[in-house]
Amino acid sequence: MSAAQPLIGRSVERKEDYRFLTGTGQYTDDITLPRQSYACFLRSPHAHARIRSIATAAAGAAPGVLAVFTGKDLTGIGGLPCGWLIKSIDGSPMKEPKHPVLAEDKVRHVGDPLALVIAESVAQAKAAAALIEIDYELQPAVVDTATAARAGTAVHDIAPDNVCYTWAIGDKAAVEAAFARADHVTRLSIVNNRLIPNAIEPRAANAAYSRADDSYTLYVTSQNPHVERLLMTAFVLGLPEHKVRVIAPDVGGGFGSKIYLYAEETALVWAARRVGRPIKWTAERSESFQTDAHGRDHVSTAELALDRNGKFLALRVHTTANLGAYLSTFASCIPTILYATLLAGQYATPAIYCEVQAVFTNTTPVDAYRGAGRPEATYLLERTVELAAREMRIDPPELRRRNFIRHFPYASPVGLSYDTGDYEATLNRVLDIADVKGFPARKAASAQRGLLRGIGYSCYIEACGIAPSNIAGALGARAGLFEAGEIRVHPTGKVTVFTGSHSHGQGHETTFAQVVADRLGLALEDVDVQHGDTGKVLFGMGTYGSRSLAVGGTAIIKAVDKIIAKGKKIAAHLLEASDADVEFAQGEFRVAGTDRKKAFAEIALAAYVPHNYPLDKLEPGLNENAFYDPSNFTFPAGSYVCEVEVDPDTGAVRIARFTASDDFGNVVNPMIVEGQVHGGLAQGIGQALLEGCLYSDDGQLLTGSYTDYAMPRAADLPAFHVETVRGTPCTHNPLGVKGCGEAGAIGSPPAVINAILDALAARGVTSLDMPATPYRVWQAIQAAGR
Amino acid sequence: MSQISYHRPTALAEAARLAMSDPDARILAGGQSILPSMRLGLLAPTALIDLGAIAELQGVRSDGRTLTIGAVTTHAAVAASKDVMTQIPALAQLALGIGDAQVRNRGTIGGSIANSDPAADYPAAVLGLNATVRTSARSIPADGCFTGLFATALKPGELIAAIEFPLVARAAYAKFRQPASRFALVGVFVAQTGGSVRVAVTGAGPCAFRCKALEEALARSFTPQACDAVRIGPDGLNSDIHGSAEYRAHLIPVLARRAVQQLLA
Amino acid sequence: MSVTIQLKVNGRPVAAEVQADTLLSAFLREHLRLTGTHVGCDTASCGACTVHLDGRAVKSCNVLAAQTQGREVTTIEGITPEDGSLHPMQAAFKACHGLQCGFCTAGMVMCALDVVTHQPHATEEQIRAGLEGNLCRCTGYHNIVRAVAQGAKAMGR
Repeated sequence: MSAAQPLIGRSVERKEDYRFLTGTGQYTDDITLPRQSYACFLRSPHAHARIRSIATAAAGAAPGVLAVFTGKDLTGIGGLPCGWLIKSIDGSPMKEPKHPVLAEDKVRHVGDPLALVIAESVAQAKAAAALIEIDYELQPAVVDTATAARAGTAVHDIAPDNVCYTWAIGDKAAVEAAFARADHVTRLSIVNNRLIPNAIEPRAANAAYSRADDSYTLYVTSQNPHVERLLMTAFVLGLPEHKVRVIAPDVGGGFGSKIYLYAEETALVWAARRVGRPIKWTAERSESFQTDAHGRDHVSTAELALDRNGKFLALRVHTTANLGAYLSTFASCIPTILYATLLAGQYATPAIYCEVQAVFTNTTPVDAYRGAGRPEATYLLERTVELAAREMRIDPPELRRRNFIRHFPYASPVGLSYDTGDYEATLNRVLDIADVKGFPARKAASAQRGLLRGIGYSCYIEACGIAPSNIAGALGARAGLFEAGEIRVHPTGKVTVFTGSHSHGQGHETTFAQVVADRLGLALEDVDVQHGDTGKVLFGMGTYGSRSLAVGGTAIIKAVDKIIAKGKKIAAHLLEASDADVEFAQGEFRVAGTDRKKAFAEIALAAYVPHNYPLDKLEPGLNENAFYDPSNFTFPAGSYVCEVEVDPDTGAVRIARFTASDDFGNVVNPMIVEGQVHGGLAQGIGQALLEGCLYSDDGQLLTGSYTDYAMPRAADLPAFHVETVRGTPCTHNPLGVKGCGEAGAIGSPPAVINAILDALAARGVTSLDMPATPYRVWQAIQAAGR
Repeated sequence: MSQISYHRPTALAEAARLAMSDPDARILAGGQSILPSMRLGLLAPTALIDLGAIAELQGVRSDGRTLTIGAVTTHAAVAASKDVMTQIPALAQLALGIGDAQVRNRGTIGGSIANSDPAADYPAAVLGLNATVRTSARSIPADGCFTGLFATALKPGELIAAIEFPLVARAAYAKFRQPASRFALVGVFVAQTGGSVRVAVTGAGPCAFRCKALEEALARSFTPQACDAVRIGPDGLNSDIHGSAEYRAHLIPVLARRAVQQLLA
Repeated sequence: MSVTIQLKVNGRPVAAEVQADTLLSAFLREHLRLTGTHVGCDTASCGACTVHLDGRAVKSCNVLAAQTQGREVTTIEGITPEDGSLHPMQAAFKACHGLQCGFCTAGMVMCALDVVTHQPHATEEQIRAGLEGNLCRCTGYHNIVRAVAQGAKAMGR
């Protein structure tokens, strides 16, 4: 590959693919350590029960068993912490009950871990766990989101009404005034269905203790190993942070579910020193269903006030959000900071008020899942807007167009400042490439085959790269939101990049290498990217919220800039010029206006063999790091069009066409960006059509395996028509990039449901909740026909 | 150490003897249902009797009047059999729609029938085509084969040797999949020979069953429209998160209509 | 009870003592340390563990090691050229961005090979149906389907 060709903007093949394609990747469960032992967690079969007693003697004496631990053994260590303090409207802090690593007095959801059994093999650990006897005193279970606050049973004593907080944002009085003068009000009750993340690699951990230096090593399926280490050492186990190395090797998908500090790896680290052997645990899929933090689960009402021309006057929203049994690591900020702040969407609605009641229930904890709050906001808003268009007999794209934000920067009534965007551009483009004009003919053709065809729209906005740290801190964040990077130039001029942005499918090893190679004028193969090891990488806040390139990439660029600055000084010395006269371009340091130059590798060599070197002014070596704290979120946006065919006899829905037009600002690797959109669309369409986590009234998980939780498979999805427009670059990061990982999951669910409702309008169906399974669609048709 | 023993007999008689001697042994025909059940701890047999090495249980034979399919013939082999494709294409099509490619490469017809999963496809074909299930001890007529939820007329130690499908004039199978498991939420098999029509339903009840109302309607008029007039009651039908008994009842004539349409096409 | 098995794995003869209930997936990963085959579920639903048994795709979590007596097993390691290059199907997945996190990839490639071997001119619809036993949570399948078609072409099918 020629170094002269720009790498940014090119769909280069991924550097990480060889190992994945040949089976030579190293995922956590692939790692087996000398003297390996294995763990099994005994889990509660009940949703809610007091623990009268736990008898472990028989398990302890079972063949191959090395140790059995219960919550009693772990007293004295902290609970699993929550990283964001939300305050209620009255100023009181959220209720923050202890989340014990192993259950102490009570179990609060099916799958809640009670005991850790460590044995020579998994089979022996499982067999021994089955011998543990527990005397439970069953309690009524609190399950339903909407009624949890009136359940009459408390999941936690400190929250007798199960309310964790009641939070609000926006100008309530202004909203009420606007409603009073509205010509039209659209009202909608809306449920955002609970999802189970289902990364195909189950969570796993392998913890080892070394007596030699009193240190720990933890291999774990994590999106952010440094955060995992910080939370585990400082808040739970009280271990010295520098004595714990956390390695997240190849990780098989995360989608949010691997951000959090979980009980299992924490217990393993705690036990590793006591057992004196490395301990490995890998979730069985049924454990993943019960214990990976779930996503979504909102019950809301939305009211949109409009004037007679369809101008939005105000939006009023009330949401009840299910947090599950405990506060997961970032649970509290998802239905608040990452949700209600997005309710303006792409529209210049002057007044918005949203109140959120967050409740505890006897279900698996709920936290960020791809999109995290933003899909819930987008779904609510785009369903409401489409309904308003239908009620006011305005073409849905036209109603949106009348309300688009057109002047930037734009300060929304719910606290965000959009730096840039062009919503008309993505809408116009998608209407064109989706051939919306041809829809009536396609609808007629479908009708010929007895099928109802519908078209649905969605215009989404996303906020990526949550920032800046100081404002987030004022809003309750208990962590920074920066990212760290390091550039290590080797004496031969080859480069290793260290980033805090873990890659588990996003292709950072390629994208980040493209950026660095481009800036330094190197070939792609001369730049490698390392991530996921606290022993190698200086620090990292990890990968979530579509932040990696915008935040992590910027940290790397800042480090690259320092390398170039230092390189100029070295070159100036070697070329006997002044620092200010040296320019750097395409891998060469050159004295401006002359042909005197030094290649990048020559400068690197000079830095490490500093014989002819300004040692009095400059340190040897060529290694720089940088931390970057963004000044604002980035705001990707786009427009989606979905066409469905509904079979009225069975209720089956087929996605006939799905077209996306996204503005991600500048794009480094279009192939990877499109792939991210595809994946997001699949998860969004999965939410809309297939996926829905269900509990029975007594808190049993009814969708606890792939035979009951419907995952999108190849035949369920169409080929996607995805296009990234020549967008509006982000104004506050040097690459002008915005983030693309969650867009598809955010924008697609309302497009799908709007399309189904359009198809069913002729049958009198006006409302439908996700997932729109054949059974549910059939029921809706039956109910409307009565 | 595992307590389970494993047997790999090479003759059906030997397999039957082993099965008879240990009532808690389970038969491994293709293993696609048993092995997941064992992993989930739902099943803990004392022994596994693997039929995979018994040559007499393999393959498809045709004598012009009957197609005989050995018990451990895989779904993929049935789907790809020239004899099945030409003589009972509906059966090949049904086999091609079972589970997924990997399951079809392991799962067997005998295993499917012996398991009598309420949502399995083959039982509908056995009933619809009025097949005979030949076992290590006797022949069981289709109508007496499936007795309830995961229950058949097979006695302890009795193993399926082969299924004998009489050739029919025409047949078709229409299935509506449960979205998660991809098993039949409802599947309807329609077969017509001379004036007689058989309609068998899977997925809807505790085990596969014949639907007399549809058989009579189609015997009177073998048209798709004949199915539309038939109303099936929900009593006794399955109800779960994927569909109520009413929904399943509704789907039976809908799918019968589609099978008839296919068959007339 | 333990069972003695002799089989071929990736073309090489292997003899081993396994427990009667040892799954092929566990035998490959733990006895032979062939960790390219992954396990993603406990209901034989995800297909991440797909390998070839006598040339046909099977879920190795749903086959006993004991059942492979006298047979040939091929894993992702077995189809990878030793010279550091890629099999045409692997190369097509790379070129089409048919993988992201890589966890389902080995199973996807092994299933794809079965699909194109037995349906040489598979349409997009047939490819999608052929991959029904394999879950991918990252790609939305779009690029996997493209890759399988391109891989088939490159294999001369």
